[in-house]
Amino acid sequence: MTATAHRTAPRRPSAARLGLHRASIELKVFFRERDAVVFTFAMPAVILVLLGSIFDGIYSGSDVTSAQYLAPSMIAAGVASATFINLGAGIAADRDDGTLRRLRGAPMPPSAYFIGKILMAMVITVCETVLLLGVGVVAFDLSLPTEPARWLTFGWVFLLGATACALAGIAASSLARSARSAGAVMNLPYLVLAFISGVFYTPVGQLPEPLVTVGSLFPLKWMAQGFRSVFLPDSILPQEVVPSWEHGRTALVLAAWCIGGMVLCLTTFRWQGRRGR
Amino acid sequence: MTGTPAVRVRGLRKTYRDTVAVADLDLDVAAGEVVALLGPNGAGKTSTIEILEGHRDRDAGEVSVLGLDPARADLDWRARIGIVTQDGADLTELTVREAVGHFAHYFPHARDPREVIELVGLTGKATARVRTLSGGQRRRLDVAIGVVGRPRLLFLDEPTTGFDPQARRQFWTLIRRLAGDDGCTILLSTHYLEEAEALADRVAVIVGGRIVADGSPATLGGRATARTVVRWADGRQETDDPAALVAALTRRYGGAVPGLTVSRPSLEDVYLDLIGAAS
Repeated sequence: MTATAHRTAPRRPSAARLGLHRASIELKVFFRERDAVVFTFAMPAVILVLLGSIFDGIYSGSDVTSAQYLAPSMIAAGVASATFINLGAGIAADRDDGTLRRLRGAPMPPSAYFIGKILMAMVITVCETVLLLGVGVVAFDLSLPTEPARWLTFGWVFLLGATACALAGIAASSLARSARSAGAVMNLPYLVLAFISGVFYTPVGQLPEPLVTVGSLFPLKWMAQGFRSVFLPDSILPQEVVPSWEHGRTALVLAAWCIGGMVLCLTTFRWQGRRGR
Repeated sequence: MTGTPAVRVRGLRKTYRDTVAVADLDLDVAAGEVVALLGPNGAGKTSTIEILEGHRDRDAGEVSVLGLDPARADLDWRARIGIVTQDGADLTELTVREAVGHFAHYFPHARDPREVIELVGLTGKATARVRTLSGGQRRRLDVAIGVVGRPRLLFLDEPTTGFDPQARRQFWTLIRRLAGDDGCTILLSTHYLEEAEALADRVAVIVGGRIVADGSPATLGGRATARTVVRWADGRQETDDPAALVAALTRRYGGAVPGLTVSRPSLEDVYLDLIGAAS
């Protein structure tokens, strides 16, 4: 044994600490990239303002306006945008521009990358939700609930929905061939789902049945329904697909997507682009 | 541990579908040495370097880099190597200082980022966004990130491709400083002869995935012992004794010999011969 072997070698920083550093860098980059801010952050708010102003009227049998019906659904779409599109397009870009390669070449535990991405997506999702809630309250008289039970519902729908969409986004990132195609690859399913989940097209109960059936397979429909149950009175239930908020089924579908998304991530994630290894 | 080569490769093979990129390649790099892998495009330089970096699988062969197989290397091994790739286009929205500072966090005993930025000559650009850098500045940033963790072995894959001559000279000065002051072992790939000649202690010429010659720039391919070529207006002759030939020519012309040149084969002559013979 040589003397140097006894010297306590400085330790590499932990994955948690590096994950925090990654998150701060990721957030800086996100807010400096104008396309990302416009497409994933501002778009849901703009759509809420536009659609909320275009449609007017009150649903019969309730005092809910079209805009108020739209607002909680748009929060679900905002969560999906800040997680699914943000992570899917962001990771595809990281794979394309050499970010992943450089990180793999550094002594970085892989988990630090994902901790950074998920913390970044969480911060952006919370900001997005606050923004959309603000627009709903200020522009469309959406009232915030006072009962703790409703906020509890909001909490678990938000957590499960954001997690499911984030994992789906990470898995979907491998589908894009390049950073350029990533925007289209991520936005197409997002827009289609936003229509057939009764977000852009309201109320959900008026959608043709086959579309509702397809929409019901994906998390967005259930997240939107969950948020409506938080912010809207039960008098709006006749406008839903079934006259119930279906909390049990919502939890089940979202949890299933969390588990399935995790499995997909673990089996399909690629650190390298498609040019062969 | 002294005496252990930094890199030892035996019988390395890599095939992509039907294309053989690396065929039975042997290579040694001693600790502290600067070795250039010189070869035309598609010769297998990048594949070889990526396998050594642990970025690419291999089909066959023994590879040891700093005593470990890169295919099974851990993060402590990663902390001891530095990588400069040829096509990094990331980090664009960060400033130079943020980018270098961030990567310094990954290493157990990183250099001071300010010092590294100074070393690569980007102090004036420290607060500039990476996307505003020129091609040469961008590669120098890549080197800064590559060396911020005090690597014992640095891989540089075609670091000066696309540089103008002045930027290339500046880059060479930087690499010499890294090799000289820090005793960093460097393996670089290049298709520029002058670059290999200017930087490397040893040049390995790679053609068709195989090393076809290996030696110091002065002796490569028998250059030091090769016969001298004497050219004049209406003749050319190879000789072991150029002085005698020139004297004979002077007598024949009765004075100055028109168009006289006396040269040993340049590295370029040797290199072109090697490539020609191998392909």
